[in-house]
Amino acid sequence: MATTTETPTDSMGRATALAPPSLSSRAKARMVSALLIMPLVLFLTLVFVLPLGGMLVHAVENGEVGEALPGVAAEMRGWTGEGLPPESAYAALARDLKAAYGDPRLGEASRRLNYERAGYRALLAKTARSIRAIDRPRAGWTAELTAIDPRWSETATWAALRRASPSLTPYYLLTALDLRMDDNGSIARAPAEERIYIDTLGRTLWIGFVTTLLCLVLGFPLAHALVSLPRGFASVLMVCVLLPFWTSLLVRTSAWIVVLQKEGVLNGLLTRLGIVDAPLELVFNRFGLYVAMVHILLPFMILPILSVMKGISPSYMRASASLGAHPAVGFLKVYLPMTLPGVGAGCLMTFIIGVGYYITPSLVGGARDQMTSYFIAYYANTTINWGLSSALGAILLACIMLLYATVGRLIGVGRIAGIQ
Amino acid sequence: MMLHATRIVGCALAAGLLSVPALAQSPQTEQLTVVGAGGVLQDAERAVFFRPFANANKVQLTEDSYSGQMAKVRAMVDTGSVSWDVLQVEQNSLLSGCEEGLFEKIDWTGIGDRRDFIDEAYSECGVGAFVWSMVMTYDRARTADGPKGWADFWNVQRWPGKRGLRQTAKMTLEIALLADGVPREEVYKVLATPAGVERAFASLDRLKPDILWWTSGAEPIERLASGDVVMSAAFNGRVAAANQGGRSFALAWDGQVLGVDYWAIPKGAKNRATAERFIAFASRPEVQARFPSHIAYGVTNRKANLAVDPKLAADLPTSPANFTLAVPLDTAFWADHGEALEARFANWRSR
Repeated sequence: MATTTETPTDSMGRATALAPPSLSSRAKARMVSALLIMPLVLFLTLVFVLPLGGMLVHAVENGEVGEALPGVAAEMRGWTGEGLPPESAYAALARDLKAAYGDPRLGEASRRLNYERAGYRALLAKTARSIRAIDRPRAGWTAELTAIDPRWSETATWAALRRASPSLTPYYLLTALDLRMDDNGSIARAPAEERIYIDTLGRTLWIGFVTTLLCLVLGFPLAHALVSLPRGFASVLMVCVLLPFWTSLLVRTSAWIVVLQKEGVLNGLLTRLGIVDAPLELVFNRFGLYVAMVHILLPFMILPILSVMKGISPSYMRASASLGAHPAVGFLKVYLPMTLPGVGAGCLMTFIIGVGYYITPSLVGGARDQMTSYFIAYYANTTINWGLSSALGAILLACIMLLYATVGRLIGVGRIAGIQ
Repeated sequence: MMLHATRIVGCALAAGLLSVPALAQSPQTEQLTVVGAGGVLQDAERAVFFRPFANANKVQLTEDSYSGQMAKVRAMVDTGSVSWDVLQVEQNSLLSGCEEGLFEKIDWTGIGDRRDFIDEAYSECGVGAFVWSMVMTYDRARTADGPKGWADFWNVQRWPGKRGLRQTAKMTLEIALLADGVPREEVYKVLATPAGVERAFASLDRLKPDILWWTSGAEPIERLASGDVVMSAAFNGRVAAANQGGRSFALAWDGQVLGVDYWAIPKGAKNRATAERFIAFASRPEVQARFPSHIAYGVTNRKANLAVDPKLAADLPTSPANFTLAVPLDTAFWADHGEALEARFANWRSR
């Protein structure tokens, strides 16, 4: 089984190992290590890069109308968008609708057009049904189509078709930012009662921020306790920190409902002790959400801080004390700066995981506590509007990348990752 | 033929592996996977449709359940790995799914005469399975002189306390308009205009502080029983089930919002022929007539409605007296406006 290249190494033993590696063996070693990380690269490509790329593509992809109504799409490219399109556009629409009748792609094109204005789905379906009966227009297709539905004589209808027909669209990304492209092609804010996503995004980031802050305030002293306490006690404490890690997210979240609800454990205790008269509203609101999220995310804050603190020798603090620094000054000037990479990594991790939360807000939050992922899941699962779902995801991703870049610039990505 | 032959061999092998008596069974056992909405509803469906069909036709029937999310069906159809054969779907999912090619077209000649069914039961891609409705209900044990309709539901001076409404725009906006005095037959005409949508939200605004939202059908019943809400919108079948369980919930048929659920076959289903036979079976009057005794939902075959025990019939949304008070859900309206209105509704709730 042994190959010829291996045999000399075996027989020469230590002599080879001590000799400086030749160029070819170094190249071979490099190849071996490249092969060894191949599974990882493949894995990352398959489960990370491709889906993420797919999501970003979905956010701008717009093939529906062009595929179902190719003639109309071509006509729309040539139309200026002013007044009404020429008779040839009406004829193309009639032709395309006849050809596409019964084709599922027409259904998808209708859905896409309906995003531009509610009601256009039915308009397209109705027109496709009626147009089949007309072989030859009596006074041109413009008249026939307008007779089927007067909306075909409105510029707005055609402007919507024009916006919906190119193969790429800013529609989803604009919608995810509460913006609209109006009939003249200029971008404006959506009407006040339809602005949703910016508010939701702001709320998402705020909830992420507060959760991170609370985790830091609780996690930092706890991590310090874990490194300074006697071994036995520290390991018990460590198990307590890690316990939620080993429990299902759903169980942890539901447990909080049991504890915090109106007839729950905590309210029962408080009323029995006479601290409150009526049970407090502790869950299905922001308070309950923070409690559950902090509980779940705390290990993500503690573990990176802990790993950094473990590497800080106690002699630094002793040195600062021997040089006359007050413990508070020593902590602020000596200890705290050395823990910053851990704090940065912990905050970043907690925040990034926190803003993506979906199950916890939907279970323990109220109507005012739903985050962007609620809408992402709603559009992906319920209405199958994958474009808008992807666009919301892309915007959330952009926010996180922005934050990552900022923190990376302040603390240094290498330090956060523990490479440097 | 090849496929058939391999299946026979496969079945024979499987039968052989199981046990010797299993060999007595026909080796050509047909398979069928039926998907419902779970819970007490699926229990009723199992008793009335699934088991009798499987026994009568020697079909090996597998059940699954889902929460009405079309994304899974879409993924199955797109990837060509359709593991479901018959699916219970809501109206507007059926309509848009049909247009987008998610469902097989139904051959109605195999189902029966269209005129035997209520109008809403007919669809190109589905056959009406049962009729359910959203009704107003309250606990007689707690509220003696209870509200009579949606207008009373909004009257918080006379009946103070929280009200339960389902956390969707669909049906809730209709109810808000009914409460605001819009006649039953004009609800969708009003709702189709921007002013009508404003009116519906304005109506909801007035009740907003007193609303407790629910998402699963069991919640309103539990909350009424615990006294967390004084009245609630609820599925009529759940109310009837609670009353059978010893509760005394009153319900108002006036302004009930009617919905129909359908049987549909996902595009590319592996056992399409069996699926069609199942739907035909589940549409027979004598089969459907047994359904209301298991759960208080109406059925779609007119002959079945006539055959239902008169004592039960009065508690069904489809009984003539109740039916005239109903607002049938306008599927086409929700297919067009659903997404925009649901988003606005979610936004309104979060303010």
